[in-house]
Amino acid sequence: MLERGLEEKTYVLNLGPQHPSTHGVLRVELEMEGEFITKADPDIGYGHRGHEHMAENRNYQQFLPNLGRVDYLHALAYNQCYCMAVEKLLGLKVPERAEFIRVITGEMNRISSHLLWLGAYLLDLGAFTPILYCFDDREHILDLLDRVTGSRLTYCYYRFGGVPQDIDEEFVAGTREFIKRLRTRFRDYDNLVTKNVIFIHRTRDVGIITQEQCLEYGLTGPMVRGSGIPYDIRRSEPYSAYPLFDFEIPIGSKGDILDRYLVRVKEMEQSLRIIEQALNKLPEGPIMAEKVPKRIKPAEGEVYAAVEAARGEFGCYVVSQGEVKPYRIKLRVPSFANLSILPELSVDTLVADLVAILGSIDVVVPEIDR
Amino acid sequence: MINYFKEILVGFWSLLAGMAVTIRYFTKPIVTVQYPRQKLTMSPRYRGHTEFVIDEETRTHRCIACEMCNRICPSQLISLQGVKVDAKKKLPSRYIIAYQYCSLCGLCVEVCPTKALKWSDEYLLCGFTREDSEIDLLRRLQDQQYAKGWPLTPIPRPKPEEPAPAKGEEVKE
Ligand code: SF4
Ligand code: SF4
Repeated sequence: MLERGLEEKTYVLNLGPQHPSTHGVLRVELEMEGEFITKADPDIGYGHRGHEHMAENRNYQQFLPNLGRVDYLHALAYNQCYCMAVEKLLGLKVPERAEFIRVITGEMNRISSHLLWLGAYLLDLGAFTPILYCFDDREHILDLLDRVTGSRLTYCYYRFGGVPQDIDEEFVAGTREFIKRLRTRFRDYDNLVTKNVIFIHRTRDVGIITQEQCLEYGLTGPMVRGSGIPYDIRRSEPYSAYPLFDFEIPIGSKGDILDRYLVRVKEMEQSLRIIEQALNKLPEGPIMAEKVPKRIKPAEGEVYAAVEAARGEFGCYVVSQGEVKPYRIKLRVPSFANLSILPELSVDTLVADLVAILGSIDVVVPEIDR
Repeated sequence: MINYFKEILVGFWSLLAGMAVTIRYFTKPIVTVQYPRQKLTMSPRYRGHTEFVIDEETRTHRCIACEMCNRICPSQLISLQGVKVDAKKKLPSRYIIAYQYCSLCGLCVEVCPTKALKWSDEYLLCGFTREDSEIDLLRRLQDQQYAKGWPLTPIPRPKPEEPAPAKGEEVKE
C-alpha cells in the first residue's frame, strides 16, 4: 500500500444509529483493521428524555407513567421497583393478593421480554423464522396482560399500596392455558434454534465474559448468570412474594453467548414455574393497602429499592424532603452497566461477531439514555 | 476424523429438524389477524382515550368539574372549564383532551370522585394534524347520546359577565 503512495489509516465504521441490530438508536463507532475491530466505542444518548429530571418537577403519582417508558420491554418490573421505593418511604404494607398479582404479571412480562429478545437476536444472527413464532407466543402474553392492565406495552399498572384492578377468572384460566402452550413450544424452539448447528457455531466461544469481568463492570442479570455467578435479586434480596416460590436460578459455565442464550431460555421456564405456583396459591383479599393517603407526601428520607428486571438489576433511589414532589430520583438501569463491557469484548472480533455480542447483551437503548 | 464426520451429520440433522418445525407450522392455520377484513374486539380494560361515563339513570355524564383529573394528569393535557349552573352545582362547559400527550396512565380515571371517566375502546386514533387528536368529550358524549336516541346534554356556556379565560390557559405547548 505504502509503495503506491497511500497512507495507512485506520478505517472508522459507524454501526448505527439506525442499524437494525442495535435495537434502538445506539451508535457504535468501530475502528477497523482489515476485517477486525481494534476499538469499539458505543455512543449513547440519542433517546435522552430526561426521566430523572422529570421526576423532580411532578409529584409522586405523576411519575408513574414514566417508568413504563424507561425500559418498555419489562415495564412492569420498573413500575414495581418505583412503587416499592415509595411504599418503603410511606411505610405501606402491600396486601398479599396484590403482591401475587404483581409477581404473576411481572413474570409474564419477563417472558414477553425474553421472547422478544430471542426473536430479535436470531434476526440479528440471520435467522428470520424464529421471530415469527416468538411474536406469536408474545402476542398471547400481551393479550392476557391487556385484559388486566389495559395496555400492551408501556404498562402503568401498579400503584402505591397495591394494584388498582383485580385479575379475573378469565385471566387465570387464560394464563394456565398459556403456560401449557409455551411449554410445548419450547420443544420447537429447541429444535429450531438451540440445536441448530449454525446458531451453535455463531455463538459458542464468542464474547466470553469471565467472572472477574462481571464483577469489575458491575454486570447483572443474565450476563452475570451466564458466566456462572448465581446472582439474582429475587433470591439475594428477596422482595415482594418471591420468597414463597420455589424456583431455580439457571447459570451458565463458560460465559459465552450460548450460555447467556441458554440462561434466558431456562429463565423463561422458571418464570412459568413461578407463575404456576402463584396461580395455585393465589390468596383472596384486598388488592390495595388500607390508608393509602390521597396526597402522597412522604416524610424526609432516602430509600433504595431494587428488582430483578429481564436485563438485570434495576434500582430506584428516591430522595424525599417531605414535599409532594420527590427531591431526586436516580434510576439504576442494568443495560448501561451491561453495555459498558462491549468495548472490551469486541477487540479483535469480526463485525458479524460484534453484532452477535451486542445482541447477547440485550440492551434496551432508551433505558440507557432515559 | 470420525468426530469430524459425526459433527457434519449431527449438524445436518439439526438443520433438518429445524426445517421439520417450519414445515409442521406451515400446515397449521394462520395465526395473524387479516386486519382490514378481520377486526379484533378490544378487551374490556383496553385503554383508548378517556371518555365520559353515561349514567343509565340520568342519561348524562357525572362530571362536577372539580378539576381533580386536571390536576393529577402528568402531562397536563386536560383543558377543563366549569360553570356554576346554580348555587351548588357546577358543570363542565369545556372538557377537551389533547390525546397526543396522553400517557394512558389511568390516574384521571382513578382519581375522579364521581367516577365520571372511563376508557373508550377507540383504537383508530391516528390523524394528519395535531388537532385531529384533540377530543372534545362533551361533544363525544352528545354523539353517543344521539346514537342511542337519548336527549342531548346541553353544553353550558360561561356567563357573559364572567371574564373570558386567559389566552395562555388554552395553549398546551
Ligand atoms: S375528576 Fe371527574 S368530576 Fe372532577 S372534573 Fe374530572 S371528570 Fe369531572
Ligand atoms: S390517562 Fe393519564 S395522561 Fe391521560 S389524561 Fe388521564 S391522567 Fe392525563
